[in-house]
Amino acid sequence: MEAIFDFWNALRPALGSALVLVGAMLAVIGTVGVLRFPDFYTRLHAASVTDTAAATLAIVGMALLAPSFAVVFKLAVVWLFLFMTGPTSSHAIANAAHTAGLQPMIGRVDKADGGAE
Amino acid sequence: MIGAAAIALVVAFALMLIRALSGPTLYDRVLAVNSLGTEIILLLGVIGFLTGRPDFLDISILYALINFVSTIAILKFFRYRSFQVSLTRRGKGGA
Repeated sequence: MEAIFDFWNALRPALGSALVLVGAMLAVIGTVGVLRFPDFYTRLHAASVTDTAAATLAIVGMALLAPSFAVVFKLAVVWLFLFMTGPTSSHAIANAAHTAGLQPMIGRVDKADGGAE
Repeated sequence: MIGAAAIALVVAFALMLIRALSGPTLYDRVLAVNSLGTEIILLLGVIGFLTGRPDFLDISILYALINFVSTIAILKFFRYRSFQVSLTRRGKGGA
């Protein structure tokens, strides 16, 4: 039992750092999606990668690096807030855009005008 | 490795700022600012662990709350052009 704890304590910083790094890379990927997708509604889809996967992985990684239980509790509170407010604000933005009459782009996106615009 | 994560978050931050500044419609900008807020929350936590002061997480909690409220407030203002309108539904049919 003692050996398992020792192994876990040796593994914990490396695993936490790796998870934080993966979360940050997912944030970059979601941001590139927001920058490159052709339409507002597809950009909304890309932004939700940042809001869910990146935030969860980074916060779990930071919780593995945490020095005390109070820090883990604060991270859990941040995670809870993100998971209550993220889908709500995504829905509010999509609903506002739809009510204002913003139409989604339908059909194929040509290679010529796909991209940053 | 945590430093690399902080650098990646700063890069994501800069790219998202481009979308926030150049978004064709208002909603692109609101979406970009909202995602920017999520990245700021993560970056604050990472900076706290990088400098050995996890007290930065208190600022993260505060930022998460303010980010949500400001998103809803911006959307409400640009829909009704006023902050004085009640958001509850009035009657059965009307929103």
